[in-house]
Amino acid sequence: MNEESKKTDAEIAVAMDRRGVLRSAAWIGAAAAVTSGAGVIEPATAQAPGNVLNTVILPEPPLLVLGLNNQGPTLIVGSKIYEGLLKYDAKLNPLPGLAKSWEISADSKTYTFKLQDGATFHDGKPCTAEDVVFSIMKFHMEVSPRSRAIFQRIKEAKVLDPQTAQFTLEAPFEPLIMMFDVTAAAIVPKHLYDGTDFRNNPNNTKPIGTGPFMLKEWVRGNYIHLAKYDGYWKKGEPVLDSIYYRIIPDSANRTLALQTGQVSLTTGSDIEPFEVPRFRQMPNMTVATNGWEMFAPLAWLDMNHRVKPLDDKRFRRALMMAIDRKLIVDRLWFGIGKPASSPIASATRFHDSSVAMPAYDVKAANALLDEMGLKRGADGNRVTLKLMHLPYGEVWTRLGEYVKQAAAQIGVNLTLESTDGAGWNRRVGEWDYELTFNFVYQWGDPTLGVQRTYISSNIQKITFTNTMGYKNERVDELFVAAANAASSAERQKLFSEVQKLLVEDMPVGWLIEMAFPTIHDKRLQNAVVLGTGVHAPYGDVRFA
Amino acid sequence: MGKLAGYLGRRLFKSIFVILAIVVVNFGLVRMAPGDPAAVIAGESGAADEKFMAQLRQQFGLDKPMHEQLWIYVSNVAQLDLGFSYRQQAPVSKLLLDRLPATLLLTLSAFAFALVTGVALGALAARKVGTWADSAITVLALSCYATPIFWVGLMLILLFSVALNWLPAFGMFTVGVPMTPIEAALDVGKHLILPALTLGLFYMAIYARLTRASMLEVADQDFVKTARAKGVAPGRILRVHILRNALLPVISFAGIQAGQLIGGSILVETVFAWPGIGRLAFESLLQRDYNLLLGVFFCTSVMVILFNLITDLTYAAIDPRIEVTG
Repeated sequence: MNEESKKTDAEIAVAMDRRGVLRSAAWIGAAAAVTSGAGVIEPATAQAPGNVLNTVILPEPPLLVLGLNNQGPTLIVGSKIYEGLLKYDAKLNPLPGLAKSWEISADSKTYTFKLQDGATFHDGKPCTAEDVVFSIMKFHMEVSPRSRAIFQRIKEAKVLDPQTAQFTLEAPFEPLIMMFDVTAAAIVPKHLYDGTDFRNNPNNTKPIGTGPFMLKEWVRGNYIHLAKYDGYWKKGEPVLDSIYYRIIPDSANRTLALQTGQVSLTTGSDIEPFEVPRFRQMPNMTVATNGWEMFAPLAWLDMNHRVKPLDDKRFRRALMMAIDRKLIVDRLWFGIGKPASSPIASATRFHDSSVAMPAYDVKAANALLDEMGLKRGADGNRVTLKLMHLPYGEVWTRLGEYVKQAAAQIGVNLTLESTDGAGWNRRVGEWDYELTFNFVYQWGDPTLGVQRTYISSNIQKITFTNTMGYKNERVDELFVAAANAASSAERQKLFSEVQKLLVEDMPVGWLIEMAFPTIHDKRLQNAVVLGTGVHAPYGDVRFA
Repeated sequence: MGKLAGYLGRRLFKSIFVILAIVVVNFGLVRMAPGDPAAVIAGESGAADEKFMAQLRQQFGLDKPMHEQLWIYVSNVAQLDLGFSYRQQAPVSKLLLDRLPATLLLTLSAFAFALVTGVALGALAARKVGTWADSAITVLALSCYATPIFWVGLMLILLFSVALNWLPAFGMFTVGVPMTPIEAALDVGKHLILPALTLGLFYMAIYARLTRASMLEVADQDFVKTARAKGVAPGRILRVHILRNALLPVISFAGIQAGQLIGGSILVETVFAWPGIGRLAFESLLQRDYNLLLGVFFCTSVMVILFNLITDLTYAAIDPRIEVTG
């Protein structure tokens, strides 16, 4: 061991020497910081990154037209190219976006948006209320299942003048105000899409929006280059000349790129959770875990109620009591995120902090199963169930291994199954599973992102619906009433009750409120400001 | 010459049926994987409804009966139309052609490196058999042969990119820096070294071992003794008498490696973020992008058939005892 580290030190000395020579030969460029073989990191010796932001995108998006594709990476890149009418702060209050102001009528039914002056699409054509009405009533209504479910409540859409669009609802629907973010309703150019087959429109490979950046070049498998749009309506923005989204499929290389300064920003799952503590130690790096308030991804153990004994809420409860959720956050996610306490995440509106999940208590869990009459067999097992891994990263496999161990404490024997993304989606979509993990975005409001999992009218053979087959009439009533209630106070009351009921029934086992670390060069300003974090337009992002 | 043309014609004619069979089998295999592109997209979007799934399946042509889909695909391929990747909204042939140069650059460099160094090392070891040089080459070849390729890649990155900072760790060229064509070529060259080395080392080891073993075998044969007895210079014996006769197994193996030039570098392309076809194939498999995946399969099968043919012809060129008949 000692020999080994000595050798490494010598290697470092050689490396530093060479590096000096090479740098003077202007060979390395901005990549100044270097890890030694021993894993010690020098802070980047500040060479100004200039006006170019290098970052990572993963996996590579198939196309960049928001609405047509709503994958995570598409939303991140597309939110620089397109804009929504509104933006949202960390408390999920609406802020002006492409709309400079908006008004909701006294009867809560009519929403009037006034557009920013001088807003144009990247092809130079002005962006008007016509485009807004087209985007919401035709484009997203046709292509985006999430937006369609909400926007079909709009009875009438009118262009009052080129700068003013007005939407009138059938009945008051308070969460509508959360639906105008670029990730939900990006404004697309009517003149390029109207009357065409949206999905096969030739413009889909060349997205045209109103955002501060436009697509300059996309070398598939390599990088996406966004360049400053000079005609952007907001004076003085964007500050950056270019953003490069590099596609680096190997996580070790992404980590390397970030610590050597080849990229200055990573987010989501770009960096493996076990690497994050290292970046926290670096003086030149900022690790932010905020900026996901709009999405508030909640991870849970999904249980198919058609499989015995998962139909019994006592069994589901006992299983959750055997799982130490704090350990999951601390050991598997390295302290990023927090244990879930309710089906409505704490960043989402109408979360009730008085609701609590049953505590970690193996003894009580065993007692509960004994009381159910679920006896241990000769091998010590009460029951054997299959747990299918979520194929979205190493950490979920680890989680499966932990849950298998935890369940063994109460005599529940879990068999682990693996699959890939397509297989997972098919099996969950066809109810062909016993236990699996899932994490779901909440979209700021329980009506938009929570009810879909629990309401019995949404028991469908499609992923991200009530695939468990859970049915509680009171829960259904409460969700419907809360969706239609006009005042937030009334909605809070209804959602508080539904949270208590759900925790009692435990239709799925909520594990953690996930947070994704956004790690960036300290000099990068405004990378995470809004409740949508890296999905902001980035017009004001700059290097200090 | 007429004989050769006839041979080529017959081989190519047979190949058409082989390719047709491969296309049909691939089509079946790809569809046997659970899930479809619509399921993948629904999962990635985090939301879906009946209408969305139906729209996607209709757009992708998955709503038609399977035999009809197969017929459409086969007749398109017969017209050299590899179809359209609906997921990426681009023709498959364009996506393949975009990635082909990167893959060929990587694999041909690795191929050339492996072949030249492997044969040279093997010949050296055979000539110095029993000495320390022979042992060193044998050990090197054995370790390169036995080490997993991704691990070699990571270790090379750790050494040359992280510790020494001599070579870039990933990518194909420096992004966003204006360069003259010469600078750009040098830049690509610098990015190429580590992945080509990683990919080439394994094959280098095989060529070295094959060359060494086969040369030692040939060196004992009577005609070599005769050559030596009549006073031919040792260097000439080595090159003309031994090496040329010892190359046949190496060529067979090179033919196999050449057949994998397109699809055989998935791991290396992933580790080094090299924008090639291997990664495209892997991603299209995960995304069930059927047309794209079948396009990659089609390309690789054509390559295998082509290189088998070239290998057979090379045999004949190197060893006059072998004749082309078919």
